[in-house]
Amino acid sequence: MEFFNQLSPGWQLTIVATIKVVCVMAVLLPMIAYSVMAERRVSALIQDRVGPNRVGPFGLLQPLADGLKSLLKEDFTPGHVHKLYFTLAPAIAMIPAFLTFAVIPFGSTMGSERMVIADLNVGVLYTFGIVSLSVYGIVLAGYASNSKYPFLGGIRSSAQMISYEIAMGMAVIPVFMFVGSLNLSSIIEYQSGSLLNWLVFKSPMTLLSFCIFFVAVFAETNRHPFDMPECETELVAGYHSEYGSMRFALFFLGEYAAMIAGSALLVTVFFGGWTLPFFGLDTPAQTLLGGILHIGIFLAKVGFFMIVMIWVRWMLPRFRYDQLMSLGWKRFLPLALVNILVTAVWLFATTEKSLP
Amino acid sequence: MIVNRNKLSWFERTYIPALWGGFCVTLKHVLNTLPFVGKKGPVTLQYPEEKWSVPEGYRGAPYLVKDQEDRTKCVSCQLCEFVCPPRAIKIIPPGPETDPTTGNVEKRPKDFEINMLRCIFCGLCQEVCPEEAIFLQKDYSLNGESREEMVYGIDKLLALGGTHNDTIQKWKKKEDDANAQAAH
Repeated sequence: MEFFNQLSPGWQLTIVATIKVVCVMAVLLPMIAYSVMAERRVSALIQDRVGPNRVGPFGLLQPLADGLKSLLKEDFTPGHVHKLYFTLAPAIAMIPAFLTFAVIPFGSTMGSERMVIADLNVGVLYTFGIVSLSVYGIVLAGYASNSKYPFLGGIRSSAQMISYEIAMGMAVIPVFMFVGSLNLSSIIEYQSGSLLNWLVFKSPMTLLSFCIFFVAVFAETNRHPFDMPECETELVAGYHSEYGSMRFALFFLGEYAAMIAGSALLVTVFFGGWTLPFFGLDTPAQTLLGGILHIGIFLAKVGFFMIVMIWVRWMLPRFRYDQLMSLGWKRFLPLALVNILVTAVWLFATTEKSLP
Repeated sequence: MIVNRNKLSWFERTYIPALWGGFCVTLKHVLNTLPFVGKKGPVTLQYPEEKWSVPEGYRGAPYLVKDQEDRTKCVSCQLCEFVCPPRAIKIIPPGPETDPTTGNVEKRPKDFEINMLRCIFCGLCQEVCPEEAIFLQKDYSLNGESREEMVYGIDKLLALGGTHNDTIQKWKKKEDDANAQAAH
């Protein structure tokens, strides 16, 4: 500890941040693996099946077996692809999903450290910026594969993700008007107190924000019912048709990381992040146990949204492409804009009295 | 066929009834299949432990059969060998030599091989057999550790085939006829 204190603040920050990154990755990667597992088991339940239950007790080692399989398979590159882009695409698809976690506060405090890798003042803007990068991986995969179905998948996804990004960005603006900050930690602070302080329940405007944002998250992560880029029945598997082994697994990893990132963002912005309005769990923890409890609360909330996302997959049939576009541009965008306006008027009308 | 596309009401166009309906259907299935709690349980057959009952007329692996008195029915006519589309069957007829251990059974094949890796379970051998000596039976899971192992010889085929409840019993009839003539 003495050695640590002797270091310059820059080095201290670097070391602490590195430890946090390693810890987050150590939690995140198994979480991705087990959300794939959860997806398979929940889907099985909904379809009256059992799902993978052979590997280990209750099939709990299945993700390990899947990972091992992807690693051991031949990394085949078809002859007709653009080699460089083909290799690059899975990495580009995966990295943005992981980068999002840098700004998400996944717990209150542990000792004197705040449980967020980078407490950016423009946290949400950073997230949107990074999330919009993930489209490049898919487009590049579609282009590099040099065959028609991946190409169509890539085109679809670029249009879809760009459209819904706008609705997504517009949807959260009322939230920032309420909170008055873009920093995710201060958004969480704002939501402490009672359950009604959670931004979903705060006012009808933020509830509408939540609805639009939630749907946009589905579209952004290419989940059903918006899985245009990879719809099996129309495009074989869309942008990753030509991929196999570990490269395919990277796409898969990226997709589920994006799902977890989306859930984490939803929880942070609308559902109070690591707080719980009971037993004084909404203030930063004083003890180590409290810190761990807060992380647990956050993970539980994220897990809940993961299950919701998995469940919704079986609730609705896939949208047609024009329906998707009209939903994004003709419904959500105007709705979000009106929402901003209404929120502004509402805030102006209610806070004017307190002005000096 | 003309699909009737009714005009959706305003409420229906918000997708909320569709979402709710989808939720109800999926929840019903989940509650039915949940382990320990669900009424029906999953429909999955846990294969190696549980086996399905093979229906009558199923075309499994072709095996040779014997009659009630343990006589080989096949007479090496080689029709099945000729008709077999993937040429999975190879028969070595005994030629002029006779096997004294088989009684009055004539032309019992010296060897009869079915390559189960080539066999397509079409049933033409059973169809064409004039002696009702080969039948597609209920075995559907054939496995071995080498290709050679999957070529079933005559002994294996006869052992797996079992007894066919033969109403004609050609060789017994011949024997009886011969005995009756001798006694005459």
